[in-house]
This record gives sequence, structure tokens and C-alpha cells, in this order.
Amino acid sequence: MSDHILLPEGSLEKQTTTLNLGPTHPATHGVFQNILEMDGERILKATSTVGYIHRAFEKIAERKPLYQITPLTDRLNYCSSPINNMGWHITCEKLLGLSLPKRVDYLRVIIMELARISDHLICNSIVGVDTGAFTGFLYVMQYRELIYEIYEEICGSRLTTNIGRIGGFERNFTNAAFEKLEKFLAEYPKTLKEFDNLLRRNRIFMERTIGCGPISGERALNYGFTGPNLRAAGVDYDVRVHTPYSSYEDFNFTVPVGTTGDCYDRFLVRQDEMWQSIEIIKQAYQKVQEFKGAEAKVYHANAPAWYLPEKKDVYTKMEALIYHFKIVMGETEMPVGEVYQSVEGGNGELGFYLISDGGRTPYRLHFRRPCFIYYQAYPELIKGSMLSDAIITMSSLNLIAGELDA
Amino acid sequence: MRPVQYNNTVKFAGIPEGYMGEGYMATNFEKVVSLARKNSIWPLPFATSCCGIEFMATAASHYDIARFGSERMSFSPRQCDLLMVMGTIAKKMGPIVKQVYLQMAEPRWVLAMGACACSGGIFDSYSVLQGIDQIIPVDVYIPGCPPRPEAVLDGVMKIQELVNAEGLRRRNSDQYRELMESYGIQ
Amino acid sequence: MALTNEIIKNRLVEKFGDVLTAWGEPYGMLTFTAPKEMNLRIIQFLFDDEELQFRFLTDLQAVHYPDNKGAQLAVVYHLHNLRDNVRIRFKVFTDIQNPDVFSATAVFAGANWMERETYDFYGVNFVGHPNLIRVLNVDEMDYFPMRKEYPVEEQTRVDKDDEMFGR
Repeated sequence: MSDHILLPEGSLEKQTTTLNLGPTHPATHGVFQNILEMDGERILKATSTVGYIHRAFEKIAERKPLYQITPLTDRLNYCSSPINNMGWHITCEKLLGLSLPKRVDYLRVIIMELARISDHLICNSIVGVDTGAFTGFLYVMQYRELIYEIYEEICGSRLTTNIGRIGGFERNFTNAAFEKLEKFLAEYPKTLKEFDNLLRRNRIFMERTIGCGPISGERALNYGFTGPNLRAAGVDYDVRVHTPYSSYEDFNFTVPVGTTGDCYDRFLVRQDEMWQSIEIIKQAYQKVQEFKGAEAKVYHANAPAWYLPEKKDVYTKMEALIYHFKIVMGETEMPVGEVYQSVEGGNGELGFYLISDGGRTPYRLHFRRPCFIYYQAYPELIKGSMLSDAIITMSSLNLIAGELDA
Repeated sequence: MRPVQYNNTVKFAGIPEGYMGEGYMATNFEKVVSLARKNSIWPLPFATSCCGIEFMATAASHYDIARFGSERMSFSPRQCDLLMVMGTIAKKMGPIVKQVYLQMAEPRWVLAMGACACSGGIFDSYSVLQGIDQIIPVDVYIPGCPPRPEAVLDGVMKIQELVNAEGLRRRNSDQYRELMESYGIQ
Repeated sequence: MALTNEIIKNRLVEKFGDVLTAWGEPYGMLTFTAPKEMNLRIIQFLFDDEELQFRFLTDLQAVHYPDNKGAQLAVVYHLHNLRDNVRIRFKVFTDIQNPDVFSATAVFAGANWMERETYDFYGVNFVGHPNLIRVLNVDEMDYFPMRKEYPVEEQTRVDKDDEMFGR
């Protein structure tokens, strides 16, 4: 409160204002409501309400067979939907006990890292927009278009990809897909360097973001933070390194870690992760090219009970037709059991807890959504800061409404 | 020296028919107003989920929406012409959409982008509003999940046709008042 | 010496004895069931113990088993030991008539919203939670939607033909 001015009791200056940073707001990228109690420009207390886009994914998932849940997982973190799809397929493969050929794993890694770049690009450029640097956003969106073109070559869709199948991919990567990937690898690092130069050592950006919304590693762990937000606070927990899935142990990359956990550290961690993702994609692409002959044509595991056969086989061969019918109608044997599998999504540990009772649909499917868990800390992060800093904290946390509310 | 490039695929908005003379032109008032309105629509991007990201791609440089006059995204409903509802509207969000619609000044148009805004999309669940036309009148529906940016631009062009053909009297007519009353809006 | 599931099980049995039942290792993750009065003590023990150090709450949610008389709701906790990279899952069952379970917010700040979500969906009353109200659904909702007896579809919709949509 304004202590240095002597004011009479009950005067307006000694009261707090309640401000509704409502669900529709240009700067909250997504539908989140925060009711702020403010003393002038400073926030004393914040209450967050969520659920403005609650779509009841978990309830819907109890009615859908495994393949029909993949489009639902798309819409969790829709900026990086391939990671969600792959995570779901890896969970199903763990339940069913399938093991995949290496080439499929490497192709999955390429797609997942492209999705991670796509997600971090949006987050970092929006942090730039919120501090006033709109140009970075426009330059960088062009490269998301290139990533979308690569997805289109494989699965046909840009944003909500529904990519892959249980056991691999629906079609082999065409030459056009690899050419687009090479074009991306050639052009993107230059733009990322430009974007880096624009903001990393920019005096205005640094003064806006350093010290804004910090959190200590201890507190972050207690809240259940994962992903870049936790790594910015100093804890190097990355699911790709701790419990590697999809052959991540074959790749050589570092995990960037920050110190104070403020907005600047989160920005830097995401920037460095994008550089690391480029390295991983290059390594994966090289490994894929090393497969020659018949091995180069492998794009799925040999699991006829779970992998939908190719359409041309379905129309000509009897076995493929029978399997296609059984898989689509859900007549294949589902094992009974419960499995928890997590992947490193754009925001952290995206976990799938699947309980199956042998029927065609899961008995219970729960998504461990990183955004939901770390958004709880938001009132604590912005306590005592100015309103504009609260906006930057929200965008640097990379809150995706779809993942938060599920 | 770099060769000069003439952009000869740009279509100029034509002058409406009328009587021209030295220093004056007489034409139909409606035509002039419609021409001005249709080429300067200021949208309010009411983006809730995935379609919002596709809108960001439409607004970015590859599929520029600014060439249709929507350079300034007005985030205040008092200053916008077109409410673009993009993404799933949950029942918790419904009253807020209605409130934003009520705050808009006439003439106002509504565009429902994406399957969720048109009809609930793939989310046939207890918490999702099955289409925003349950609460507000919609002019153009863009199906898709999410619709490609070309589809969004097609939708914006259809809105432009509607704006062009509307005329000045529609908002005061009885039919419009009946439509508003059917939604419970005065 | 690496922390294996055997060691964890032995330590837990040594501390709590026979109340812990239904031991299993589905897909490599040690799973057990505990009576609901002990859930906070078990979480606190797993947190404080120097060797076990399960200091990260990965997930907290519930499952509804309508056929288990007296134990219809199960609250499932997933904990993670980041130092030794070991995960553990434990469940507590509670009756649907008195679904009171002790809240874990004293130990993990992250359990706050996870418990609100569980309350919102299943109606589990977490005793000791600072603010147990609905988080994702509309505040006026008077039933707990994830329980098995409620349908997923919107009930007031008139234009979807049930026969064609297979409901």
C-alpha cells in the first residue's frame, strides 16, 4: 500500500481493486480467467479459474476403441499434436507388448522433434509479441508452415495430425517428405539464429523478463512442474533421458537447464531446446538413411492384430480383409491390465494412465497433463508483481488451453 | 539492378456505377457504404482452441488475411465488425460468447470456424455446447477440423459477399428483430 | 545399490505390515493397495525416507468400480523418485457413500488441483483440502460426471438420431 503518503482511513487509495482478467483477453493465449486483487498496478492476490474449454476427453475415451482415441489426443496440446499421438501409440504398444523396428523409432523421433520445435516456436514468439516484438512472430510462423508441409506429406493434415498407427506409421515417408525435411534443416537454423539475435541479448527484452515470475527448483518440484518450466528452475528432469522411449537413448543431445526459473530463463531453455532438437533431427535423419534395401521400406511393426493393413491388401487379400474388419470393429484380444507411460511433450511429462478390462474400449483413461499441474502455481508466481509482468509470466509458461482442461 | 516486378494480379475494387461529372459523382449510397464495409472488416478473433492456431497461421504472412482488409484484429467487441468464433465453446464459456456478442455494435456478423463452433464437432459430451448457433445467430459456417487457411479465407470472402448484399435497412427490419428475439436478444 | 522394487516392498512391509495388499508389478511398476486411513502416512513415509525419497507426485486420480461393494471408488497415486528413477503406484479404495480420503496437499502443493479435479469428476471428498470446489466443470453442476452411471452425450440434443449414431 502507499505507506509513505499519510492517508485517512477508509479512503479509496487504501482499498484494493478487483480486476477480472477474463476468459476472453487478447493477451491470455487461451481461455483462462484470473480474478486479481490489485493495489494500483501491483497484484496482491490472484485466483485462477479454468474449465472454459472442458471437453470431457476422459469420459469420451471410455467409449472409443484405441484407434479412435488418437484424434482426441491430438487436441490436448494442439501446438505439438504429433507428440501426443506418438505418446498414445507408445502407451498402447506397451499395453499390448509390441516392439518396434529401429527405423520406425527413428522416424518417430524426427516427427516428435519437429513437433517440439513447432511448439517452442509459438511459445517464444508469443513471449516476444507480449513484450512488443511482433516481427519475430511473423518471421518464425513461416517455418511452422514448412513443418506443416512435412506433416502433410505423411498424414495429410496440418495441425491436428492423427499421425501414425499402433505399431508405426500409416505410410512410408516419401522422397518428397525427405526433401522437405532437408529444406527445413537447411533454412531453419538461419532463421532461428536471426530470432535469437533479435531477443536473446536485447536490453529491453532482458529488462522485461529477468526477475519476472521466478520459482525455485524445490517449489517447482513440489508443485509437480515438468518440462521447460522445471528445467528453467534448475532441475534437469527430461523424460527422454530418464525413461527413454522410442530409442531416444541412441541420440546424443544435451538438456538445457536454467537457474532462477524466471521468464528469461524459460525463454532461453526453449531456445536451446530448439537448437538441440535440430541436432537430434539431423542425427535421426542420418540414421534413417543408413538403412538400405528391404530395411529401408520398413515403416511399421509386424503386428497384424493391431496394425491396420494397407488398403490395397484389404481389397485383394482375404487375411488382410479379416484383420481389417476385426480391428475396426474391436474384436481383437485386448489384454487386461493397467499401464502408465509418459513422453516428453512440449510442456513436460505428458502421461497416459490406461486401465483396460479386456473390452474394446478402455475402462479408464487418464491424461496426466503438464499444463494443468503447473498452472496451479500461477497465483504464487505473480504475487507482488505488476500486471504486465503477470501477462508475460502467463505466456512464458506456455499454457495451452486444450491441454489444461482436457 | 533488381528488375522491377509489377504485381498485376491485384484486383482493384471497382467504382460503383453512377453519374460522374467534374468534381462530383452521384451514386447509390448503399453501394458506396457496402464497398467500404466489405473491404475493411475488423474481426474479433474469439479463439479458444486448435482453430485459433490455424487462424494465427491465416493471419501470418503465408496466408495473409490482411489483404482482405482485416489488418487490425480488434480485440474489443465495441470496435469490431465480425465475431470469429474459433474453437470449442464449452457450456461454461457460452454466457461469455453471448455477452461479447451483445457488446458488439450493429452491423455485426458472426463466423463460426471449425466443426466445434458449427455443431460441437467430435466432442459429443455433456460439457460442450453443440454449436454456437444455440446461443447466437451465425452468418457463415466454416467446417473443418481445423479448416485449412484457404477455407478460412473462403469463409471471409463469403462474409464479404454478405456484407456487400446487405443494404442499409436490414438491421431495422422486422425479420431481423424476429431473429434476435428467437435468440432472446433485444 | 540401485533401488529395486524388492527393496521398496520390503521397506514398506517392514514399516506398515500386512495392511498393504494386492502387490503387483504390471509393466514394471510396483503397485499396491492401502487402506484409506493410511494414505497420508504412506505418502509422508515415502517422501521423508532417505532411501526411498519419492518426492515427486506424478499423478493423482480416481477410478470408479461400480461393482465392488464397499470399495467403489479407487484413488490412485503415482509417485516418482527422481534421483534413482523409480516409479510407484498405490491405490486406496473407498466406499461411494462416504468417500472421504485424506488430502495430500500438506505434502505436495501440486496435489491441490489434482484433488479438485478428482472431486469434480468422482465426488471424492478430500479431508483437509484448502479449497475443495469444482475446477473443470460448471460450478452449478450437481452430479459427478465421470461415474459410470452417467452418459457422455449431451442429453438435451434433439437433432442427433440415436439409432444412426449408435448410442
